Amino acid sequence: MKEFLTNWAFFGGSILLILIGLYGVLTRKNLIKIIIGLSLMDTGVNTLLVSLGYVNGGKAPILTSIVSSSTEKFVDPVPQALVLTAIVIGVAVLALALSIVMKVYEKNQTLDISKIRGLKW
Amino acid sequence: MIYLYSLLIILMLASAIAAIFMENLLSSIIAAGLVSLIAAALYFFLKAPDVAMTEAAIGAGLTTAIFVVTLMKTEWGDDK
Amino acid sequence: MKARNIISLILIIFLAYFLFQALNLVPGFGMANIEERTATHYINKDVNSKKEEIKFNESKNPESGSANMVTSVVVNYRSFDTLGEVTVLFIAATGIGAILFRKRKKEKTMMDEDGSLILVTGVKILFPLLLLLGTYIFVHGHLTPGGGFQGGAVIATAFLLMFLAKKNYKLDNSKFKLIEGIAGITFVGLGLIGLATKGYFLMNFLNNGVIGSSFSSGIIPIIYIAIGFKVGAELAGIISNLVEA
Repeated sequence: MKEFLTNWAFFGGSILLILIGLYGVLTRKNLIKIIIGLSLMDTGVNTLLVSLGYVNGGKAPILTSIVSSSTEKFVDPVPQALVLTAIVIGVAVLALALSIVMKVYEKNQTLDISKIRGLKW
Repeated sequence: MIYLYSLLIILMLASAIAAIFMENLLSSIIAAGLVSLIAAALYFFLKAPDVAMTEAAIGAGLTTAIFVVTLMKTEWGDDK
Repeated sequence: MKARNIISLILIIFLAYFLFQALNLVPGFGMANIEERTATHYINKDVNSKKEEIKFNESKNPESGSANMVTSVVVNYRSFDTLGEVTVLFIAATGIGAILFRKRKKEKTMMDEDGSLILVTGVKILFPLLLLLGTYIFVHGHLTPGGGFQGGAVIATAFLLMFLAKKNYKLDNSKFKLIEGIAGITFVGLGLIGLATKGYFLMNFLNNGVIGSSFSSGIIPIIYIAIGFKVGAELAGIISNLVEA
């Protein structure tokens, strides 16, 4: 049990979060709920990337007066740099999507995608 | 320690499922904010302080605020 | 259940099988071998020079002088990707300003009255303190966890608090666009100076100093200050556009 949890807890949890977000994008009818699913997929991908760089017994990648030499064991800093960029881009894309949702509501007065002409499922 | 991490991951998955399946839109936005908060705690346990700070400030703060402002400008309706 | 739900569920189980099979290619959780990845060159700071041990407060003029390794990867070794990300943020903020444009401003505001007394008094105390915290986070990006993006997000949160407390708070969008433009020009200008003096775009042209002191690591603090101002102004402008539309 402990062996299974140690190997699969972080990876399995992130992949399940991606898949739950994908289910939300595919099956919901309200536009705002579709965008909530997109945001959940973002969070899942970022967690998967950071957990691929973990080293058992490693320390956080900052040189301080206590961890002062570069020959100690550190966690991989490259996925953390990539995820830093990805989180900020995720929020920018989300804001752009929500402004388009506002304009769609002004034209059609509803947020249900089965009633909007052109987005009909 | 791995039991604590598993408990947090199960809580994260439960609140993600609640965010998709609840009908009241305000409740599902708050559940999405809870997923971001637990993800920020997980980044701290994975020894990544920069990423944890970014996710806590942007994911749990600005994303929830942007969703609520959009909800106020469109209708307060429910799903289905 | 409807047919659409069942077909989506089958598709997702199919995708889950392939994703879990792809996890056999990576070593297990926590067993990553850093020596085989390029991260070992970023940690030992020996991409272009000889390998020697880096010690806090003692090494003089290493290849990339910041004590925070994630900062040295983001701003020094892979700074071109950061320039691309700043461009994407700029395009998103400009797009939001263009989509939500109105010729005649609406007279109806978002809220009917001010917030409660506790909220208004608390925001009056917290607003300058939050600006100070955000500035501290991005000025010390090369020594402690933090940097431009985190500090910019904290500054945008301060402006969001002001929107929540007062009934018809308005931002002066032209001043924020000016700050954003000047910060972007600073970033590209530093890259062009590096191209002119040392031959490569965005090369570090100042002395690196001792690792761990405040005035160290070349152009990294200057770039992070520019990014901090830019991200803070952009996110505050996005929130102002969304509230006033």
